[in-house]
Amino acid sequence: MNVVLDNLDVFGSGLWTTLKLTALSFLLALGVGVVVATARVCPAAPLRAAGLAYVETVRNTPPLVLLFLFVYGLPKTGVRYSLFVSAVLVLGGYTGAFVAEALRSGINAVPIGQAEAARSLGLTFTKTLRYVVLPQAFRTVVPPLGALLSALVRNTSLAAPIGLLELTARAGQLNTSDPNPIWIYLAAAVAYMVVTLPLGAVTRLVERRVAVAR
Amino acid sequence: MSATVLYDEPGPRARIWIAAATVVGVGLVGLAVAVAVVRLAGHHQLDRARWTFVTDPAILRFLAFGLLNTLKVAAVAGALSLAIGCLLAICRLAPVAALRGAAATYTHFWLAIPVLLLIYFIGFGLPTLGVDLPVFWFLVLGLTLYNSAVFAEIFRTGIVSLHSGQREAAEALGLGFWQTMQLVLLPQAVRRMVPSLVSQFVVLLKDSSLGFVLPYEELLHRGQITGQYAQSVLQAYVVVAVVYVAVNASLSYLARRLEARQRRPGARVAAEAPTALNPLIVGAGLAGAAVIGVGTDAPAG
Amino acid sequence: MFRRSRLSARLSSVTVGLAAALALTLAACGDDDGSGPGPAAASGATPAGGYKLTQATDFPASPTLDKIRQRGEIIVGTKFDQPLFGLQNPTNDKIEGFDTEIARLLSIRIFGSPDKIQFLQTVSKNREPFIQQGKVDIVIATYTINDARKKLVDFAGPYYTAGQDIMVKSDNTAIRGVADLNGKKVCTVEGSTSEKNLREKAPTADVVLVDTYSSCAEQLIDGRVEAVTTDNVVLLGLISQHKDDLKLVGTTFTTEPYGIGLTKGDDAFRTFVNDTLEEAYQNGDWAKAFQSTVGKVAPTVPTTPTIDRYTA
Repeated sequence: MNVVLDNLDVFGSGLWTTLKLTALSFLLALGVGVVVATARVCPAAPLRAAGLAYVETVRNTPPLVLLFLFVYGLPKTGVRYSLFVSAVLVLGGYTGAFVAEALRSGINAVPIGQAEAARSLGLTFTKTLRYVVLPQAFRTVVPPLGALLSALVRNTSLAAPIGLLELTARAGQLNTSDPNPIWIYLAAAVAYMVVTLPLGAVTRLVERRVAVAR
Repeated sequence: MSATVLYDEPGPRARIWIAAATVVGVGLVGLAVAVAVVRLAGHHQLDRARWTFVTDPAILRFLAFGLLNTLKVAAVAGALSLAIGCLLAICRLAPVAALRGAAATYTHFWLAIPVLLLIYFIGFGLPTLGVDLPVFWFLVLGLTLYNSAVFAEIFRTGIVSLHSGQREAAEALGLGFWQTMQLVLLPQAVRRMVPSLVSQFVVLLKDSSLGFVLPYEELLHRGQITGQYAQSVLQAYVVVAVVYVAVNASLSYLARRLEARQRRPGARVAAEAPTALNPLIVGAGLAGAAVIGVGTDAPAG
Repeated sequence: MFRRSRLSARLSSVTVGLAAALALTLAACGDDDGSGPGPAAASGATPAGGYKLTQATDFPASPTLDKIRQRGEIIVGTKFDQPLFGLQNPTNDKIEGFDTEIARLLSIRIFGSPDKIQFLQTVSKNREPFIQQGKVDIVIATYTINDARKKLVDFAGPYYTAGQDIMVKSDNTAIRGVADLNGKKVCTVEGSTSEKNLREKAPTADVVLVDTYSSCAEQLIDGRVEAVTTDNVVLLGLISQHKDDLKLVGTTFTTEPYGIGLTKGDDAFRTFVNDTLEEAYQNGDWAKAFQSTVGKVAPTVPTTPTIDRYTA
């Protein structure tokens, strides 16, 4: 127990990095997700193909492999970012593929009559999406987006093997200097749960608020 | 909703717009590829010598054994998670409150923390407490604890998404809880959840790359060593990524085939998409899932 | 009805397939193909040059030594991914490097043959538990001797003295020591001990801080910095990746003694290992081992370290 109390500042700085990493990656993921989802439903076939290729490639590669490629491979071509920025770009790009899929299935979940009505009112593709389909789609995607955010919090731990000192890396670091690991890992687990559990509750709340009565 | 309802059959002007967007889009992608090629070539990353390792049969064998180790650990952890997950799901619906509570706590706990933290604890914490297992089983243990929780959620969603008439009919026939589960609910739920189960298996396979830190000699680890040895770090990771994509895309293809098969008229019983019930399954593709179980307060059916 | 039974037939074939895959997996786990994570992870290679060391004629009473001799081979924990010290060769699965050669010398001493070794992969975090649980007989894995570790395990050696050094471009002759770094652009990792040492030893150096040493190396090759400083073992690993472009200056200004980790309390075995090292220092085997591995990249063969026969 002492090892936890003595190192509260270490856990704190780890948790802070984890939170920053999560927030920035999620913003990036939302951006990537909207762009890719739009590409996947747009009229231009090559863009649809590009969107599909992105989603399929990124989803089927372990995020750790993507991180290694980015951190150890890419600098060989003269492109280098700090570990933190690399982690944000990779986690954001990776999660973005899942956000895109969540949005797309959200779009697909909007009853067909909605789009038909919008089209018959003379709204264009962009307007149909913007005023009719997407607002409804966003409601259905609240639960999956919440799930993705929670998964992202946990996925930020993947930055530990590349040497970014976030929460998991801090726990590992303390474990090498202290022979009794249970308290260390339990404290880290609790720190993660302090973030993920309320996140789940908030998602459920938002979901209930925005739910469409059908 | 099919995407085509979003826009009309394009007229002449729309066709020009689409063509322009296509040209711009393809141009941008092309430009990115061109820049990448120039950069790669400029830093001698496309030199023949950097890629010759992929033609060395000994190195390919080395990497193939890495892939085999990856598949081995994924298969064992997958089978165990499936079995434990199934039991957990039954416990969560059992008529004994203590059993329900225990199973729910177990599931929620493992779903709230990162798998990597768990693997660090098992791989580096447990040995200092005197636990002695081969790394293979350390990795299996870590992956199983987490994935059994995910599989449990998938099974549970599958069961609660069944029509309540199924359970009621079984009860009316005088079947007990266990018989109802075994004979009526589980067979239908499993059938319904096969696509979700397969996609979670893909996640598990991807997560096996976390064995890298232990280190377990899986594909990523062997890729790293190959990169060091052949002085082709970038190239080795590219090869590793391509192999993962190939394996996982095949599995995902299998999942889609199974899904399509379910949509056929004969399987209509299971036709409504139960995935919508549990956000965790939608998010499951990401190396993880959510604690949120919407199904908790959903009635059975 | 027909369709449903077809579906369930298909499902049961999936189940059968899964079961078969599982059975296959379990079978595969059972047979040791030398690629698994078990102790038989890789076997030793014949040394490139013949060593002068010979088998010991009499052995002290030591539980570790008895275990090793009874088993017929020595289980050595080492790194598989540390260039020049312990790096797995993917073309033949063998481990190559200076640490590996030291293990061979011990194998010669015990068995009269350099190949009676099983290498088990260790990483920095699991070296102590591996020794304490008897998973390995010894650990030779760029393992720095320090007091905290001495509470858990014993150390023979040191067999090598690592330390902070400087890496420059191959054609650089201006930087010959840490004092020459003053006023120059020097790259190291932020928050590391290396950064602290650099600021102490060369206070007016223009320090460029990054996250990884490989990134430092790239910057050096691109000419954005003039030197990189950290442990020479890390630098040598980077140089082995860029032999034509980079070189080591070769003047360490800190000391990190590398020892052989042993089970705590088996002093007879520790003395045996220390005697073996000392003999290899004297008959030139140690220098030969160094030259065939680290020496391919390092500028000079260092002087042999002094064995620390401490009393626990």
